[in-house]
Amino acid sequence: MTTELSVNAGTLPRRSLFHRHGWHIATMALAAIVAMPLLLIFSGWLQAENEVWRHLSETVLADLVGNTLVLLVGVMLGVLLLGVGLAWLTALCDFPGRCFFDWALMLPLAVPAYVLAFVALGVLDYAGPLQTQLRSLFGDGVWFPQIRSTGGVISVLVLVLYPYVYMLTRSAFLTQGQGTLEAARILGLGPWGGFFKVALPMARPAIVAGTSLALMETLADFGTVAVFNYDTFTTAIYKAWFGLFNLQAASQLASLLLLFVALALIAEGRLRGRARYHETGCRSPQQRHHLVGIRAWLATLAAASLFGLAFVFPVLQLLLWAWEVVRNDLDSRYLALLWHTLLLVSLAAVLTVCGALLLAFAKRYRDDAVNSVAVRIATLGYAMPGSVLAIGVMLTFTGIDNFINALWRLFGNAASGQLLGGTVAALLMAYLVRFLAVAFGPIDSGLGRIRPSIAEAARSLGAAPRELLQRVYLPLLRPGLLTALLLVLVDVMKEMPATQLLRPFGWDTLAVRIYEMTSEGEWERAALPAITLILAGLLPVIYLVRRSGHDAPSPQASPREPMNKSGRRWV
Amino acid sequence: MRGFSRAIAKIYHNEAGHNERKNPVHNLIRASFRGIAMEFLLDINDMHCRFDDTTVVDGLSLHMQPGCLACLLGPSGCGKTTVLRAIAGFQPIVSGEIKLNGRLVSSHNVQVPPEKRGLGMVFQDYALFPHLSVANNIGFGLRGKSVKERTRIADKLLELVGMESHGKRYPHELSGGQQQRIALARALAPKPGLLLLDEPFSNLDVELRERLATDVRAILKSQGTAALFVTHDQHEAFVMGERIGVMHQGRIRQWDTAINLYYEPAERFVADFIGQGRLIEGRMVNANSVQTPLGTIEVNRAYPWRDGTAVDVLLRPNDIVISRESNIRCRILDRAFKGADTLYTLALANGDDVLSLASSHQDYSVGQEIGVAVNAEHLIIFQR
Repeated sequence: MTTELSVNAGTLPRRSLFHRHGWHIATMALAAIVAMPLLLIFSGWLQAENEVWRHLSETVLADLVGNTLVLLVGVMLGVLLLGVGLAWLTALCDFPGRCFFDWALMLPLAVPAYVLAFVALGVLDYAGPLQTQLRSLFGDGVWFPQIRSTGGVISVLVLVLYPYVYMLTRSAFLTQGQGTLEAARILGLGPWGGFFKVALPMARPAIVAGTSLALMETLADFGTVAVFNYDTFTTAIYKAWFGLFNLQAASQLASLLLLFVALALIAEGRLRGRARYHETGCRSPQQRHHLVGIRAWLATLAAASLFGLAFVFPVLQLLLWAWEVVRNDLDSRYLALLWHTLLLVSLAAVLTVCGALLLAFAKRYRDDAVNSVAVRIATLGYAMPGSVLAIGVMLTFTGIDNFINALWRLFGNAASGQLLGGTVAALLMAYLVRFLAVAFGPIDSGLGRIRPSIAEAARSLGAAPRELLQRVYLPLLRPGLLTALLLVLVDVMKEMPATQLLRPFGWDTLAVRIYEMTSEGEWERAALPAITLILAGLLPVIYLVRRSGHDAPSPQASPREPMNKSGRRWV
Repeated sequence: MRGFSRAIAKIYHNEAGHNERKNPVHNLIRASFRGIAMEFLLDINDMHCRFDDTTVVDGLSLHMQPGCLACLLGPSGCGKTTVLRAIAGFQPIVSGEIKLNGRLVSSHNVQVPPEKRGLGMVFQDYALFPHLSVANNIGFGLRGKSVKERTRIADKLLELVGMESHGKRYPHELSGGQQQRIALARALAPKPGLLLLDEPFSNLDVELRERLATDVRAILKSQGTAALFVTHDQHEAFVMGERIGVMHQGRIRQWDTAINLYYEPAERFVADFIGQGRLIEGRMVNANSVQTPLGTIEVNRAYPWRDGTAVDVLLRPNDIVISRESNIRCRILDRAFKGADTLYTLALANGDDVLSLASSHQDYSVGQEIGVAVNAEHLIIFQR
């Protein structure tokens, strides 16, 4: 009840329903938008099994499950090894080039997995330039690892996804403070013992969280496995829909994929336990372990080769390809594609940020059971793979269309068929559901930094709710809003499977264009949109790098929190 | 005058309920004293506040005149901050009423929003707007005024709080004490009739705290602004408050001047909370004297209890003097050297202990037996 915006009128009992339950209505509506696709997907099991499903389960299901498990285990081992290892090197050790690799190793986050996938295939496949060159030098018998293989898919995904583990673990190591490690040494542990018994267990929540993010991305991935012809649930869903035109089979596959996601989430919760990332108060700068001699250069070599493989190589190769085709492809059609992408992406970003803003304010003003459950549901969408989400949204809109048509017929009119199903509305809803959590994070933490007393001070100085929003909240939230906007913008731009399945005719995006070109093996022509995506993707990554360069943000802004003169603050 | 108007206020408010029409005498009193009752700047009657199932403020009444500096003092968790937030309009009240200048602003079904109450508030964490310069912070509450006028007022207030030339700075560039001054200037800018201060000095170090408390008092007095502030620090309350309300368990236990709280505590809790001292067991010999382990003590007033009543006697550290001639012997349990004085903890024959503040010229050691005498001007006795 001690809310700042809800107590509007002078007297309490005369307030309208909307005044009293406005926040509940808003959060529950958003939660419903997110929950509806999920519920509809699972409700598919209530209907009788059909022939196609039986066929699927007899033929491909075992393969799908096996492939997915292999992929998950492979990616998990890979990201753990690379992510934790590199985080340890850059956060706790010193070697030549450490300062550069410290942030450069985060850059591969800007490369969409499917882009690295097609670059790798284009260069390293049998017909690619490298193997052709090798054959011409050493003859036909030269051995080269088969790139179009399980190992190839896993390698590509690991190279793209390890930054999640790297970033979170690195900041966990950095915020542990010298004190705990020194305490471990005093208590009799050697440097390695200190690392394995203290630093690593303390970083466990961060490691688990990063790994779980990487595994979620793996489960959701469509572009990479499609390029490699590696069958997983996402490709099966796509084939069931576009190959067999069977929405029900697709939705049943989607629900199975969701089970995997749910298991991953539960495992994360279990492994993380009650531990959260927490910092010890002291921020004494870590005294890094100085590597010397061959070890130092080995560390540099490891970091450099990884950075080269995951970032320099794809970017250079794409630039090379793009240069070959730029004169032909950079035409009005490409600009129209770019324009469409930007329009769609901006619409989605604004919509999503508005939704997130509403959620964040609802949580702040009415932190009761209804709102906290609603907020939790509304931010679940990030866990839904794009292809699953597309099926759910399709089912939702089919339901709405059927309902409207039924109403229409009730009044004696002829049915009008598809109304909303194939429109931009469906696509926008999918983006909203998927990225609401992405936008909610920075806005919510930005709002959390505005101490309640700031708002109360404004009100005690005579500011009514609207003025409070304009003069206090929005200016203070600006950095958080910008972050949210940027993150959603880039994520929507990179999103492939949902866009692929839901886009109305003529609404191609850069990601769809890349898919079309790569599925025909025209690597060079996919390069231009791909390099555009990477450049766009670098924006939020640079932003994140700058943020993590400063020390980790504290949950409550102290009155003396550093901020530059314009009042801007890195969230 | 205060007691008189309080009595009137009591009549005026008690009859406002069910017997309004039935009792013509009360109606008459109400009509004739309405003008006096309206004089209160702040008028709280039988206020209750609740968080979920916990009652935090339990039937609190409080009356303040314009220009008064008052203080709510109490241990943490006694509900004093809740009272302040209820007055400001951030905390709804369950029953009772709050009136500002005679206007009802809070009751069980009325809650005028904070921005419409015309109060000023200084927050514990200052709550300066981090995105605004110091001058713009001060000017925040001045709406409907030209930029020039706002700048003029901000400059004047900066001068008042002794921070000229800081107008272009940002809050994070200021020290804690400077932020405190700006918070005060910002709250004073719209010329509120009543200023509320929530633990205003708790974030500052001790030395700064005392200096600022004196400064703030002088500033408020020079502006003639009434202020109600909340603290758990009695020294702060003694410096700032002309009237101090000692709060305990959601109620004001005593509303009085600092000196009366110290020497005439109305109840055991106040005696215990204010100042140092110990309650020792005693027995009334007659209306004017009491038998204690420290001998029979003459009382400076008559108590109405029967002879032989078991009582507790409040002894402040300066009530007990060390005297070589005395045949009442005590063993020293502990000594704390304080510079000019030394505070001794003394064991009595019955196991109780008392405090004695003695000049540090003469030093005694722990374990030593000394003679003591009671030298009390004001002796406070509570029936056991």
